[in-house]
Formats: sequence, structure tokens, C-alpha cells
Amino acid sequence: MTTEVDADQGSRDHGGAKDVRRLDRVIIRFAGDSGDGMQLTGDRFTSETASLGNDLSTLPNFPAEIRAPAGTLPGVSSFQLHFADHDILTPGDAPNVLVAMNPAALKANLPDLPRGAELIVNTDEFGSRALAKVGYESNPLEDGSLEGYALHKVPLTTLTVEALKGFDLTRKDAGRSKNMFALGLLSWMYHRPTEGTEAFLRSKFAKRPEIAEANITAFRAGWNFGETTEEFAVSYEVAPAASAFPAGTYRNISGNLALAYGLIAAAQRADLPLFLGSYPITPASDILHELSRHKNFGVRTFQAEDEIAGIGAALGAAFGGALGGTTTSGPGVALKSETIGLAVSLELPLLIVDIQRGGPSTGLPTKTEQADLLQAMYGRNGEAPVPIIAPATPGDCFAAAVDAARIALTYRTPVFLLSDGYLANGSEPWRVPEADLLPDLRVRFATGPNHTLADGTEVFWPYKRDETTLARPWAVPGTPGLEHRIGGIEKQDGTGNISYDPANHELMVRTRQAKTDGIEVPDVVVDDPEGRARVLVLGWGSTFGPITAAVRRIRRAGGHIAQTHLRHLNPFPANLGEVLRSYDRVVLPEMNLGQLATLLRARYLVDVRSFTQVNGMPFKAEQLETAFKEAVDDVH
Amino acid sequence: MSTDTPVPPRPALPLVPTADTRQSAKDFKSDQEVRWCPGCGDYAVLAAVQGFLPELGLARENIVFISGIGCSSRFPYYMNTYGMHSIHGRAPAIATGLAAARRDLSVWVVTGDGDALSIGGNHLIHALRRNVNLKILLFNNRIYGLTKGQYSPTSEPGKITKSTPMGSLDTPFNPVSLALGAEASFVARTIDSDRKHLTGVLRAAAEHHGSALVEIYQNCNIFNDGAFESLKDKEQALEAVIRLEHGAPIRFGAPAADGLGGKGVVRDPATGELRVIEVATEGTDGILVHDAHADSPVTAFALSRLADPHTLHRTPVGVLRSVQRPVYEDLMADQVERAVEQHGKGDLAALLAGNDTWTVKG
Repeated sequence: MTTEVDADQGSRDHGGAKDVRRLDRVIIRFAGDSGDGMQLTGDRFTSETASLGNDLSTLPNFPAEIRAPAGTLPGVSSFQLHFADHDILTPGDAPNVLVAMNPAALKANLPDLPRGAELIVNTDEFGSRALAKVGYESNPLEDGSLEGYALHKVPLTTLTVEALKGFDLTRKDAGRSKNMFALGLLSWMYHRPTEGTEAFLRSKFAKRPEIAEANITAFRAGWNFGETTEEFAVSYEVAPAASAFPAGTYRNISGNLALAYGLIAAAQRADLPLFLGSYPITPASDILHELSRHKNFGVRTFQAEDEIAGIGAALGAAFGGALGGTTTSGPGVALKSETIGLAVSLELPLLIVDIQRGGPSTGLPTKTEQADLLQAMYGRNGEAPVPIIAPATPGDCFAAAVDAARIALTYRTPVFLLSDGYLANGSEPWRVPEADLLPDLRVRFATGPNHTLADGTEVFWPYKRDETTLARPWAVPGTPGLEHRIGGIEKQDGTGNISYDPANHELMVRTRQAKTDGIEVPDVVVDDPEGRARVLVLGWGSTFGPITAAVRRIRRAGGHIAQTHLRHLNPFPANLGEVLRSYDRVVLPEMNLGQLATLLRARYLVDVRSFTQVNGMPFKAEQLETAFKEAVDDVH
Repeated sequence: MSTDTPVPPRPALPLVPTADTRQSAKDFKSDQEVRWCPGCGDYAVLAAVQGFLPELGLARENIVFISGIGCSSRFPYYMNTYGMHSIHGRAPAIATGLAAARRDLSVWVVTGDGDALSIGGNHLIHALRRNVNLKILLFNNRIYGLTKGQYSPTSEPGKITKSTPMGSLDTPFNPVSLALGAEASFVARTIDSDRKHLTGVLRAAAEHHGSALVEIYQNCNIFNDGAFESLKDKEQALEAVIRLEHGAPIRFGAPAADGLGGKGVVRDPATGELRVIEVATEGTDGILVHDAHADSPVTAFALSRLADPHTLHRTPVGVLRSVQRPVYEDLMADQVERAVEQHGKGDLAALLAGNDTWTVKG
């Protein structure tokens, strides 16, 4: 987005004729057909909101089909945005405002809408056929069934077409801009700055200025409609969340974007070229797209013929001294497993990014889940330990990627980065880190012999380890005198030559495990403000937001509850067992059937109580609050 | 030794440093004991590679051998270069990443008929179409050796093996046809027992800038002994082997009056197919002159189809195709360079901040 704005294109002012109310937070959901541009509308409203300085959290939710059959329930695409004048943690449980572009969007989303919420409906799409298509026997806009809501009936398509009649567009083409009309209306309702959206549209349609102008005209018409019509008597202000944020420079960022930036930053800080070998897969492809745009950082992106070639090429590049990585989702990890095992055996740095989605098999490609934990932990033949890191929020994907690179480079090992669909597509304000203050990840390649034989000969041993980290030397091709062969067959300790010796295999298996177990990870920190809690809530990955929101609610209601969140899932932090054992009850919400709980029970013999959900959606704070409250009441 | 002048760099590997000293085959032998079965054809290929590499005069540390799984894939362990013995079928993918990341390396892939054409078929064809600068040595013994004798994707139809006691049902791949169909810029075939021919083909492959697929007929004396006997037996070979040389008429068989082969390959004007004629009865008019550099792979493909999949009679050997086209990792490096020219060297702080920030004051 450009920052230069002509005077007449600046933020639009409210005329002052209408009532303005202050709110501390709002949850809006845009819903429509998958071809209606709801994701774009949501993205734009998010950018406007971010630039105003609110805290925010988003939840895009769309079908796997690119254009599901129009007007049907499976084809509904939605985007929920929660913004506030204080710090918030989730996209919100229930919307205060629902924009429904057609009957399918209304029917699919109404169950989430609390009574009294505002409902803005595009009446143009509520013809008898469209209603029948989703099973409405009578028109809900007229049969009184929506009486409990603040219903705004707006002919969005007609108004948009009318606003664009000066353009040389068919009625159908003009109608396509109705999402921008709706965005304009909502931007007026919530006092959003508009210059960013106008600049965005000009840039997006730079090659088709007439389309850009049509969209801007529709956007302004939507704003003006709100400003002038009596249908909307009130507009709302949500003040910037200045006090919620530490000082700094902020931007809005999605999980996949943050992760891509994290990979670039890690490579820059390691002073290594970044090589990404990937095969397109939802919801990970955006990382491949993003990295392919940054070749001027020396980034090489390789769209491979399949998942196996993606990781294979990354491993080949790592052998050559690059920071190699591959991005995928669960089905891709399954295909890559053998190569991950090879990387464990070769002891080369490698980043495996798994943006988890609903499974098994193809599962729910566009929905979120945390069910690849055990696959990451154990999904290989033989004893093949791989460190695992999971980011907690969209912005945290950046730091997690840098941390994953630290471990991979320091310990010469593949590392799993477990994000998920919710983090990948969700977004939040992110404090831009100072590039110079990021960790120094520079590595030392081997340059000469590291071992002296009994006869005094100086030799290079590719599997002679660093005493502290147990990492082996990284000797890249092109280094004279260090020519050596590595492979997936068991290697003799030290020399790296093929060895089938039983005792050597035992040693090597245990050594690889010891190397992983010895990875330095910070202790978990428990948040227990008064130190009186007897119940600990533990989470990992993207459940951080809803868990923290629920914990706050319990505390606000006077309850005592402790919280901690795991970033490192392999190895576990050294103090984890002690922490778990010091509470009467440990509750663990996961978007799977209890995978981390299984690991913790096995490892620490602690009776961890699972609270699980596998419906493709993130937890809602309210359901967690209920579950936590039960646990708190239970132990008191 | 150190007073010898280094060999000038080959155009196929413009970025690979040359050796400071003259090398010998011994320099390329690792200290590891070679563990193939006595009598295996792999020994001959290893000796040919170790014997010919010094000719290239490349810095030994800049040479890398990457293999998959199978008998031949133990090859890297015996080479005193950098090497990786990877997993089944994936060597071309791993080598692609290495070559793309490091254009200063000479990267060789050693694979077999099962490794390259069965489990790794996908990676092979994609490496070839991308024209990654890899030299792929495909050891074809028409059998699975390491797993003790199952039929392979190049076994003749009806092959009786442990897994096919009533005969295999599959139509085999012709690796040369497959490579040509996969847009390979260099395709050749040679035989383990013909050291001179083998070395000549390896040399041509090494001099090629881009993917080179070299199919090496290799005898497995344990599980498929004599598979290529018709090509090796002097008497039979006359009829069975078509030696291709760029610019020479395609003649084979017992010599005719002019001293060249008594058979020739001509194009049937009616169908466009190739057929074999007797020089004695039909003369030499119309006999094809081999053009390895032809833009179109059509004739090379037709030549590859002359061989009988059962008997291997009329098997063309030599360089079937050698053409220049852009190399994948060169194009990739060009894009990186162009991106820097267009946008300047990446500025991490600017990237992270983006164009749309706001400031919170403490």
C-alpha cells in the first residue's frame, strides 16, 4: 500500500449529523458466496483497522472449492474480525454484526449470531429461487423470524449498480463491486480510515484504471449511503488500543506472512542463502508464494514435482551449505517422512514447516486442526527424533521460524515448525522487530581436519561431534581435504563409514536421541498472578488466544487458574514435569483427540485432562471458560 | 606432480574450479573396500569413472556423487569426492537442490533401473525436463539385485523371477525413449564391458552443459547373468549393436563391400518410421547420417525404438541426442541476479516493516 495520498482522496469525514457511540470492541463477520469477494473485503477492513491502531484478530473461513456452487450452503465464505481498544486474543466467539450477502450466508451464519446483533442483508439476493436453494420456505426478511436482531435490509447490488451507472459496465459486472459498497458502509459505521483501501484498489487494478475507479466509486457510495440514509442512525468509534501495546512500530501480519519473513530473517542472520523446496498445498502455499517474491534476498524457491522432491531438493541444498526448508501440510509431511528420516541420519540442518489442517487424508484442506503432532513426533521408521516448535499467534510465527532455524543450524538437525490453518490465515498487529537485534545465527563450516589418528595423521571425521551440542561438523562440498560420504545406512561413530556393528548402532541411536534431548529450550513460565491456583491450563500452538481469553474471564470472575503455553514440544522444557506435578489438576485443550496429553501422560505420569475439539474451527473462549470453570470448581 | 599445469575448465562447468595438480585414477579412489559381488559389472563402471575423471581436471572437492538405493547406489562410497548415498529413487531430487544451490559443483547421480525408473521415475523425468546440470548414470541390469532378484521396469516381458514365477506381465520401459520423451537435452547409451565406448560416452556427458542421461547396460552376474550377452558376444554384436556416431551414416552388421556395416537405417518415406535395409540389396542411398544435435528428438526417438525388447537386437549405443538449451540453475541464478538489479539487495528492516505501519509511543 502506498502512503502518499492526494488531498481529495484522504480519509472521509463523518458529517456529524448522526449519533456517534464509543465501543470498546466489535466483532464483525462478512459472509457471502465464495465468489463474492468476502476474503478481500475482510482483508481490507482489517488493514483499515490495523492502521487505526486497534488491536485485532481475524478468522477467515472458506470452502476448499475455488468456486463452490453459487448460492449454496457449502459455498459460503466468511471473514470474521474482532477489533478493540484494548488487547484481545481471539477473533471473537459471536459476531456483533453480520453482513450476509445472500440467503445461504444468512442461513449458515445466523446460528452464531446472538440476539440483538446487527444484521445487514443484501435484499437483492433474496429472490424465491435463492431462498428455496437453501431450504427457506418463506423469506426470513419478511416472516418475522429475524425480529430478535437489528435487521438492516439494504439492496446492496441495486445500490452498487446505480452508483456505477456512469461506467461502461454491464449490470452483472457493476454488481461485482457490491462487496466494496458493503465495505464502504461498514467503514462508515466504524469510522475506519479509507485512504488505504482506495490506494489499494488503485494499485491492485493499476492496469485497469476504470475497474479501480468503479470499485472506489462503489466503496465511496457505500460510505455515503451510511452517512445519509436514515436506515443507519448510529455510527461507532473504537479508539486505538494504544495502552495495550508496548511502544514500537506495528503492522498487521498473517501467520504465513510472518513465517515467510521469519525464514528470510533467519537466513539473513545466518548469512546463508535460503533454499525453499515445496509443492503447492493448502494452507501452506502462501509461504512459497511470498518467498518467491524475495529473490533479491538470495532466496531460491523451487516448486518441485511432488512433496518428496520438495524436501529432497531442500536437503540437497542443505548439504551444499544453504538454509534449506520445505513448507507443506499434513498429507505432505506423510510423503516427506522417509526424507526426514534421512535428514535425521545425515544430521544436516533442515526446516520442515507443517501448516496443519483437518485430517486424515485430504480431510479439511481449508480448516484448522492440531492433529499432526504425533506425526511430527513419531511419524518415521526407526528411532528418528526431530525437534518440534509451535508458534502461538500469527505474529509469533516469525519468532518461531527464527528459533527453528537456530536449533536446526546449531544442532545440525531437521526441525518441525507446526503452525496451522488458523494461524496461517489469521492476522494480528505485530511489533516489527529490529532486524539488527535478531539472534546471530552465523555458523562455522568445517575447514580442516578435526581428528588425529594413532599414527599422527590428521584426518577429517564427518561424525565427530561437538562435545556440548553433540552436533557433527558441517563440511560443505568445495572444501578441499574434507571430501567425505554420508548416507542413510548406519554410520560408524566418528568416521561416518558404513557400519553394521550392533554396538555402534546402539551408540548412534542413543546419541541422536541424546542430541535432541539436549537441545537448549527455555523453561516454561507459569502465569499465576496470585499464586493461589490449583488448576493449571496448558496449551500449545494456536490455542493460545482462546485459552488466554478464557483464563482472563475466569480470573475476572474471581477464579484462580494458572496458565502456561508450550512452544517447544520436542524436547520439552526441563521444568515442565515439575510444573505439571505442582498442580492438582492440569487441563489441556487441543484441536485433536488429545495428542499432547498422550505424550505428557507417558512422559511425566501426570493425569492430564484433555479438552478436545476437531470441528475444523478454533476454540471459542466461552466454551473453554466453561471447561476451565468446571475444573476449578471440581478441585475446590 | 605439482609442477604440471592445470587443465583448462570445461564449458559444461564454467563455475567449477580446476585442480591445481594433475590427477590420477588413484586420487578418486576412497579408502573403503568395494563390496559388490565378484564379477559385477559395477566394477567396470567404477574403474571407468575413476579413470576418466582426471581428464576433466576439476577440483576433486567440487565433485559430488549422489545416489539412491540399490547395488549401484553404493558407488559414492568408493569415490574420494563428496558424496551422498540417499534414499530409494530420490537422488535426482536431492541433486537438483544441490546443483541449484551450488553452481560451482560438478554433480553426478548414480542410479539403477529400479531406483530411477520405478520408485524414482517422477524425479528422473522432472530433472531431465528442467535440464538441471546433472550427469545421471543409470546402471541398467534389468533386474532387482539388492532385493535378490525380482523383475525390474526394464526386464523383458514374461520374465520369470522370484516375484513372477509365471512370468512378468509388464511392458518394460526403454530408458532412452523415456528420457527423450522427458525432453532430455543429452541422452546416451553404453555398455559396462566396453571400456573405450563407456569412457567416450562419459566424456561427452561431462562436456554437456545440462542434464545428461547415460544408460549403462550392466551385467548382474548373480540374478540376471548374460542379460546383454547378445551385445557383448563379438559375433552377435555385429547384428545387435548399432553404434551411433554424430555425422556418420548409421550402419551395422557384418561388413559390406565398402568395409562399413552391411545393414543401414533408412527412413520409410511412406510412414516416416525407421527401418533396417541390407546394403547389398538396397545400396547406401538414403541411409541416415546420425545427427545428435538435431533440434527435434523425433529421429533419436525412432532410433531408440529399433531395439527388440526381448533380444535387444538392433540396440543403438552412443550419444543419441545432445542439444543445448537453458539450464535450470542458470535461469534460477539469473532471476536472483535480476531481482537484485531491479529491487536492490534485500533490506531486512525494510521488508519487516512493510509499507503500512503505525507507531505506539511508550
